[in-house]
Amino acid sequence: MRHRLAWPAVTLLLLLAINTAFNASFLHIEWRDGHLYGSLIDILNRAAPLVLVSLGMTLVIATRGIDISVGATVAIAAAVAAWLIGGSVSGTESRFPLPVAILSAIGVALLCGLWNGVLVAKVGMQPIIATLILMVAGRGIAQLITDGQIITIYYTPYFFMGGGYLAGLPFSVFVVAAVFAVLYLAITRTALGLFIQAVGINPTAARVAGVQAGRLIVAAYVFCGVCAGIAGLLISSNVKSADGNNAGQLLELDAILAVTLGGTALTGGRFSLVGSVIGALIIQTLTYAIYSLGVPPEINLVVKAVVVFIVMLLQSPEFRAQVGALARRPGAGALQ
Amino acid sequence: MTPMDASTAHAPAAAPVLQLSGIHKQFAGITVLRDVQLNLYPGEIHALMGQNGAGKSTLIKVLTGVLEASGGQMRLGGQAVWPDSPLAAQRLGISTVYQEVNLCPNLSVAENIFAGRYPRCGIAQGFRIDWATLHQRARDLVARIGLQIDVTRLLSDYPVAVQQLVAIARALSIESRVLILDEPTSSLDDDEVQKLFEVLRRLRSEGLSIVFVTHFLNQVYAVSDRITVLRNGSWVGEWSAQDLGPQALIAAMLGRDLAAVSTEPAVSPVFDTSQTTLLQTEGLGQDTQLQPLDLQIRAGEVVGLAGLLGSGRTELARLLFGLEQPDRGALRIDGQVVKFANPMDAIRHGLALCPEERKTDGIVAELSVRENIALALQARMGVGKFLSRAEQTALAERYVKLLGIKTESVDKPIGLLSGGNQQKAILARWMAIEPRLLILDEPTRGIDVAAKQEIMEQILQLAQAGMAVLFISSEMSEVVRVAHRIVVLRDRRKVGELPAGSSEDAVYELIAAEHA
Repeated sequence: MRHRLAWPAVTLLLLLAINTAFNASFLHIEWRDGHLYGSLIDILNRAAPLVLVSLGMTLVIATRGIDISVGATVAIAAAVAAWLIGGSVSGTESRFPLPVAILSAIGVALLCGLWNGVLVAKVGMQPIIATLILMVAGRGIAQLITDGQIITIYYTPYFFMGGGYLAGLPFSVFVVAAVFAVLYLAITRTALGLFIQAVGINPTAARVAGVQAGRLIVAAYVFCGVCAGIAGLLISSNVKSADGNNAGQLLELDAILAVTLGGTALTGGRFSLVGSVIGALIIQTLTYAIYSLGVPPEINLVVKAVVVFIVMLLQSPEFRAQVGALARRPGAGALQ
Repeated sequence: MTPMDASTAHAPAAAPVLQLSGIHKQFAGITVLRDVQLNLYPGEIHALMGQNGAGKSTLIKVLTGVLEASGGQMRLGGQAVWPDSPLAAQRLGISTVYQEVNLCPNLSVAENIFAGRYPRCGIAQGFRIDWATLHQRARDLVARIGLQIDVTRLLSDYPVAVQQLVAIARALSIESRVLILDEPTSSLDDDEVQKLFEVLRRLRSEGLSIVFVTHFLNQVYAVSDRITVLRNGSWVGEWSAQDLGPQALIAAMLGRDLAAVSTEPAVSPVFDTSQTTLLQTEGLGQDTQLQPLDLQIRAGEVVGLAGLLGSGRTELARLLFGLEQPDRGALRIDGQVVKFANPMDAIRHGLALCPEERKTDGIVAELSVRENIALALQARMGVGKFLSRAEQTALAERYVKLLGIKTESVDKPIGLLSGGNQQKAILARWMAIEPRLLILDEPTRGIDVAAKQEIMEQILQLAQAGMAVLFISSEMSEVVRVAHRIVVLRDRRKVGELPAGSSEDAVYELIAAEHA
């Protein structure tokens, strides 16, 4: 159990096993309506937005920051896309061409990230305060765009992103895979990973060594914003509407949790992209388990909290060491 | 070397207070301490000497309960004891003052001294803190070590030297029998060191036993009664300070003869003044940090920057390197006026800075030696042009070999290396960008004699190869030895320049000139 991803992976497998124990058909996957069908496929599809946001959040946290505005950014991007597509009920007409709507939504999300990044890196605000501004204001902006209404989308080509299938798999999985691949290459094939870690571990030393921390931090928030924007597109496409008030609600907390579950410390520095993906899958699998086991809706948040608490304890090296010490040495003894 | 006061050198007649024998310590299968012993008698100052990585810190950690030994015995006042935590060691009467002052600057002096052990009063066995008693006891303690300060003021209101003494006061407040000082003088200037020594002598006369770790040989002879030397994790020997001269001490620490660590000048101080001017400042200054100052550095020249702590040495280095922005005057590189908004601008113009504070400004502790060495070069190359892992490894291994950095692998986190090896790795980071001017701010602080020597030799070789060096050090003997020219600072202004071959006394005279 020395590898840093071992515990997150074990947790995920354990949750999958619990699901299988209570629901024998959990692992069953079949070909239906021209695509793969089953609980696992469903979890992958539903986890896609969270995985995306968690990837962005990972970079921000690695630079010692945090972005609690991603939920609001999701809502803004969804609102922009929905407004540009328009409310024609025919299902075949769009106010602006689909690519324009998609790129505009991502562009606006990018601006949201830029705003956060500039506040943190150039103005020098505390990350949690800087992003709190957009977290609160963003919901208002989203509702301004949607005119306070939930915009229903009828334009069918838009539904493909969050609900369509490619080669038997949900299209959203390909979106996530593409973003992950781009990010992974950027981290491993350029100096980005080294710089982000250096800034996260010791910003002063990194600056003395010539690393331009400001730009790097802005880039991390911009990337996080773009991820949230794409997640907003997936979510609105999946539910065929844009709700300025509720889209992406509390997504920031799930994303922070996913990053933590994946083994990246909130103090910054060393980070793991794969860990964050596993973390997001853990959360989605847990949510699925709570619903499929029939936990009463009024207490499911409590159950989720308890499970997360246990998982965090298991993943804490200090806790494991203490339990291990108790098991090995019943009393504090002298040497030899 | 300061001659020792004869009355302080006593033969250990009494039984030892503290006796360590056969101490073994292994980390992940690697033996770092092998059959080490230490005998400490009442009322003595005992110097623990050794190079970086010799095992001094590990031994102290074992002694103070931070680490658990893998084997051996420890007797305190004749009784076998084994502190399994720093708190347990404190309860046994073993107190420690670490190299870095680890107190809380945002608390008052009194709160720091009694942190975790506040006297209580009131109902339920002390619900409230008894501030009156707390302050009175703190006043008594600081008076005992000869300090006259207001114990209710914040610790951060006082200079590092005072903070160091407060740390000692805290150690004394625990009814200590043994006081361990791990390089207490590394951030103090000469006057402050003398003051600290007075305190130590007073404590010795009160019967306290003191273990003293330092890299400064003259300090060893100024206060120590006896010396224990470690080398590569093994015990070399234990001597009375009178019987072991400085040459023999260095030989014991290095395990080889002294010829290799001669303290004679390593390069000819003659400098060819026809070289072109590389860097020039014209009235460069910053409001509170530095008075306007003219400075000229030519290619291949080693300029020494002498002055006491707080004289503006570090401030000048930071201004030159773009870490602070000057608000007056001009900086010229190759005759062109330049403005550095950040260190990257300075690096692009061929400058490099080995900063004074290795831990906060130098190393990125959790990253590997390899990544730390490659960092500045990679930063200059930018995000896109990536040094592959293989290229980084080749680069790092070249410098590990060149500078003799002791590490099992270049992938080891740099934070796990000893101080001297960390410093060499930071030097390697800057050598890797092949700078035209290397600014070294206290490059030899807190590292052992041999590493110091190796670093100095490396610097001189670089200078001979045409690189200019701005050398900042509190150790005047080092400055006068290597510099082609010495610039002297006092009270944040330049007070003069001295040619190569000037004596230490000449530098001190200039520093002290207007104090008289």
